[in-house]
Amino acid sequence: MNKEVIVIGAGAAGMESAGQLANEGFSVKIFEKDESPGGHLKGWYHLFPNRRDSVEVMDYLLDVIDRKEIELLTNTTVTKVSKKDGKFVVTTTQNKEYNADAIIVTTGFDLFRSERKEEYGYGIYDNVITSAELEKMFRNGNLRCTDGRIPQKVGFIHCVGSRDEKVGNFYCSKLCCVSAVKQAIEIREHVPESNVFCFYMDIRMGGSGYEELYRESQQKYGVNYIRGKVSEVAENYEGKLVLKVEDTLVGKPLKMEFDMLVLMVGMEMSESGKELAVNSGLLTGENRFFAPADHHFGSNKGNVDGIFYAGACTATMNLTETLAHARSAVDDVVDYFRRKK
Amino acid sequence: MKLEGEENKIKWADYQKEIADDHFFYVRSCIRQSLYPGSEQFFLNLLGNILKKDIYENPSHTTCTGIGYHGDVVPFSTIQTVVARHYALMKESGYKNIAISCVTSFGIYTEILETWKHFPEELEKTREYLFKATGREFDIPENVSHTSDIIYKFKDEIASMAKYRLVDKETGEPLKGVEHIGCHYAKIFPKYGVGGAEFPQVLSGMITTWGGEVVDYPERRHCCGFGFRQYLVQANRGYSLSNSITKFESMKPYKPDFILTNCPGCNMFMDKWQYTVKEMNGNTYGQDGNAIPVLTYEELAGLVLGVDPWDLGLQFHAVQSEPLLDKMGIEYSKEDKYKTIDGRQMGVPAKILNV
Repeated sequence: MNKEVIVIGAGAAGMESAGQLANEGFSVKIFEKDESPGGHLKGWYHLFPNRRDSVEVMDYLLDVIDRKEIELLTNTTVTKVSKKDGKFVVTTTQNKEYNADAIIVTTGFDLFRSERKEEYGYGIYDNVITSAELEKMFRNGNLRCTDGRIPQKVGFIHCVGSRDEKVGNFYCSKLCCVSAVKQAIEIREHVPESNVFCFYMDIRMGGSGYEELYRESQQKYGVNYIRGKVSEVAENYEGKLVLKVEDTLVGKPLKMEFDMLVLMVGMEMSESGKELAVNSGLLTGENRFFAPADHHFGSNKGNVDGIFYAGACTATMNLTETLAHARSAVDDVVDYFRRKK
Repeated sequence: MKLEGEENKIKWADYQKEIADDHFFYVRSCIRQSLYPGSEQFFLNLLGNILKKDIYENPSHTTCTGIGYHGDVVPFSTIQTVVARHYALMKESGYKNIAISCVTSFGIYTEILETWKHFPEELEKTREYLFKATGREFDIPENVSHTSDIIYKFKDEIASMAKYRLVDKETGEPLKGVEHIGCHYAKIFPKYGVGGAEFPQVLSGMITTWGGEVVDYPERRHCCGFGFRQYLVQANRGYSLSNSITKFESMKPYKPDFILTNCPGCNMFMDKWQYTVKEMNGNTYGQDGNAIPVLTYEELAGLVLGVDPWDLGLQFHAVQSEPLLDKMGIEYSKEDKYKTIDGRQMGVPAKILNV
């Protein structure tokens, strides 16, 4: 099939859809704003629920796009897509234009900027870190407080930037709970004598194997779960982090000291996705992600025929769902050209 | 704690507010002009005579009724009309920038402005009430600043004229200041406060600019203990005191040299409850067995500029400031402490702290 398809974004969704497009005989260009492909996966250590090393998935995806039908253009951000006479023109920040017969948008998500939740002290107190930064510590084998100490007491604050009207995010990011469970286990594995506490509103374990992991974290690893929204974090004279929270099951306020606090940051529509949406007339939903044409029958389609979506640019989703969504986007591309014949 | 520097991820630019540069319509505080009259007096002197700004106060200005409002005895429609009357006085006086001395009033003024923005029918109703009652009309102010905002704005000018710095004259080390922001300054609307609600900059900016070091302690954002109903309802006063003690105990390990506040209630309670605690159990929270002096931002600015501490009214506090004055190397007369401007002897309090 002598058609050109452009994929915008070389994260997991972009790489998988590019590979599937090549399998279908299309000629593919992938535009990636970073200097290398992989997206958020590059920063991750182990994946839930089976604790697979993320490098395995990364290697698979790099292999998927390593073929002559696929051209990868890095350090290239797409700012606009326009449609004329059934063809698409893609404009980049370098003001270059590329033609395509169809587009798959895979601009993914940005992590919530934790400094917006000022009460948690991110950027103010050294040992308040994000879940993404903890992954890097695991990857580098350097789980330490800023003064070099090994953290003995670690707290996880769930729902940072998710289900939070104050920051304008009503939705659940869906993956932070299970990430916290996984990371809590990993803390206990790295520092067996440590104490780990998770502070949550609800524990949402909606994926295959998640509930089992949650149970294992309690039974095998002794992770403590306290239902309550943290009100503020401060630092005491000894440099320990002091956390105030109400245990809403017991109905009592708590003040606890920690060596390290991990903020389970949620997912937001990426800035590059937002810009693309505005410049290209692509509709977004109340959650600011790209709005699917139909939640049940058109989750890969939007408001412009020939532009398709894949992965977390439409909603928060895990890696398994992202890869499946990427494949279904390619099905829609194939169907699009069949309809146009 | 990192409040400044490139490594700081917080973008303070998000919380910088517009503060008028000149032509202020000044509204006083009920509590401050009674308990710490030197502060408001010096503010007018600083703005008018030292910084050469145009500042005006209208003698017809009254209480904003904020204490009654927060004590549930003044209805919202009443306080809106009282505030509208103040705006009418400002309009009649030819001013557009309001400078509010009291943090409670500041919270009231901003709450009402936001109410009028989101519920225009309340604005129209208030216009009608005010006109029917007084025949007056008013405009929405162009700029709303708390007076601590204004001193924050001119903190560098004050530093350039400083006679003393917040530095220990013996050791050369910066003096340690605890800053306490009134809840109604930015906790209601972070956008109206310099630095937002969680890590406000308005007082910490003054301390660091004038040579001192800001103490960050776990209960920094805790209420001073006033809390209106905590104190106004007599049966709750133990709760008020226990809140203040929570703060004092939290700041004690850092050995602060002074506490700086921008709220009349905070200043009063953090000052006078230290006296109460000393009477109750003998505890003090400062260095060398002393209590911690509690200053207003005008008083601190005045000390930095070399104004006589007794002209600033520091002798009217429960906790006396001599330990701080000595550390800063400020000269003062012990004999003149309780004398009026024309040299008459005032009464000397029997029980005060740090003397």
